[in-house]
Amino acid sequence: MIQARISKCFPPQPDSAAFSLEIEFEAGAGVTALFGPSGAGKTLTLDSIAGFVHPDAGRILLDDQILFDAAARVSLRPQERHCGYVFQNYALFPHMTIRQNLVFAADRHPRLERHRLVNDMLERFHLTDVSGRRPHEVSGGQKQRCSIARALIGSPQLLLLDEPARGLDAPLRAELYSLLRKIREEFAIPILLVTHDLEECFELAEEMLILREGRIVQSGAPREILEQPASVEVARLLGASNLFEAEILALDPGRNTSRLKFQNHEINGTYFPGRLLGDRVWLCVRAEDLRAMRQNGSRPAPNQVPAKLMRIAERPQSVHLEFSGDISVDMPRQEFERQKDNRDWVIEFPADALRVL
Amino acid sequence: MAVNWFPLWLSLRVAAVATLVSLALGLWIAYLLANRRFRGKELLDALVTLPLVLPPTVLGYYLLVVLGRSSPLGHVYEWVFGGPLVFTWQAAVVASTLHAIPLLVKSARAAFETVDRSYEKAARNLGASDWRVFWRVTLPLSRRAVIAATVLAFARALGDFGATLMIAGDIPGRTQTAAIAIYDAVEGGDTMVARVMVLVLSVMAMAIVYAANRLQQRQVTG
Repeated sequence: MIQARISKCFPPQPDSAAFSLEIEFEAGAGVTALFGPSGAGKTLTLDSIAGFVHPDAGRILLDDQILFDAAARVSLRPQERHCGYVFQNYALFPHMTIRQNLVFAADRHPRLERHRLVNDMLERFHLTDVSGRRPHEVSGGQKQRCSIARALIGSPQLLLLDEPARGLDAPLRAELYSLLRKIREEFAIPILLVTHDLEECFELAEEMLILREGRIVQSGAPREILEQPASVEVARLLGASNLFEAEILALDPGRNTSRLKFQNHEINGTYFPGRLLGDRVWLCVRAEDLRAMRQNGSRPAPNQVPAKLMRIAERPQSVHLEFSGDISVDMPRQEFERQKDNRDWVIEFPADALRVL
Repeated sequence: MAVNWFPLWLSLRVAAVATLVSLALGLWIAYLLANRRFRGKELLDALVTLPLVLPPTVLGYYLLVVLGRSSPLGHVYEWVFGGPLVFTWQAAVVASTLHAIPLLVKSARAAFETVDRSYEKAARNLGASDWRVFWRVTLPLSRRAVIAATVLAFARALGDFGATLMIAGDIPGRTQTAAIAIYDAVEGGDTMVARVMVLVLSVMAMAIVYAANRLQQRQVTG
């Protein structure tokens, strides 16, 4: 279990604006993703925990050990913190072989055990065949595995991963994900994963923390956050394409209904707890929840909005359609084949897919 | 006319010892300059560079003041070793060390600072002490630059004239180094001796500089 409360201020520099990190979280065994755009303070958070950055205030606890406590003037050196750290560029020592990299890291173990441990790790991470090579002589996936093995060989109580999938192609990425899932099961330790890839969060993380400008703007299970983003910023970070300013016209808790107005269209939704009549809200609908179709009859049906098709973008599994009024719809490829000759389009907003923020 | 090889032999011995001393001191100072933050850091850097820019006689004068028989340090030396430092071959070592050290500190500091910090971070994260990080990571990664700098430092130690003359003097068979012997030979009209010595020293310097350049080039490409 890692508990951290960190605050750190950086005054403005000639080449950078002022930045302040102000976060508090705890994470148990399993993968917790630190998700956010670049410059949100994700790596800074890892560096504070690993002891490379000295926070101005706060407290960091790993299991029962205090790693850092500003009030008590405690700050363990990085060497004493027992955090495995997989760096963004792997940071494998270029002048040592793969085996020597692991031996260097196994220094904490007694001499007799060290040799067995290194062999064991080489075996487990499929590195035995290349153990005598230098890092620049092995593949990207092997470098990746070696850096993870090196971080784990000292039996850390916490694993820090800084964008481990960056620069890997799709097959290597899949391999990395299955490796990390195995590690999650075998080593029951907290794993903090820094990423700006939403799919990675869904693949690996039980919990995710969304960071923006040095603050945690939302935390929870990835699925929950996607279902109910806490704010427009979070929705934007999660790649939501349909965000509209709207007004609540009617609310009926008894029949679990509501009525919303946006861009001169009126549509029905479910009841929104905690909202009042006349509230200005953000209406948020995921592109894959909207349905686009040909207009039936002379007028659109309820919850349908007429729109003009502006742009078509092909995606691997689906077709991304952009309509007038900034409405985006993801449509399965087969369905698009059937509908592509439509002239008058309407977009259907399913009542239970509407979220207000 | 027979050439007396003692000055050349003495020069080599003085330069070798001076190189070892400046290597130990220089690496330590370079490490401090590259890794630590302390008050007067750039002042220390300037102080170490001074021998590079000061006239050798100024350097020699300082050495005489600091290490001479009437100075406190000179007294300590005499008390410990039973004899004065000035006008011995050890004094020549001091002068040569001072001459060689700026080259080492400058190159080693630059080399240490260009080592990717993430390697040092990784090493510390893996539990290595500062000492171990330096010997196992920083130094091996800047190995070539440091070796090249050491070779150049040796060459420079070999050629010191002014400061050595002032503090070690010109005692044939005891403190007369090659550079000083050449001066004496020219003054005394021994053209032949001067020519041989000049030639030998030039060839040696050339070989050393060539080797140092080769080393540094390989550092860049591989």
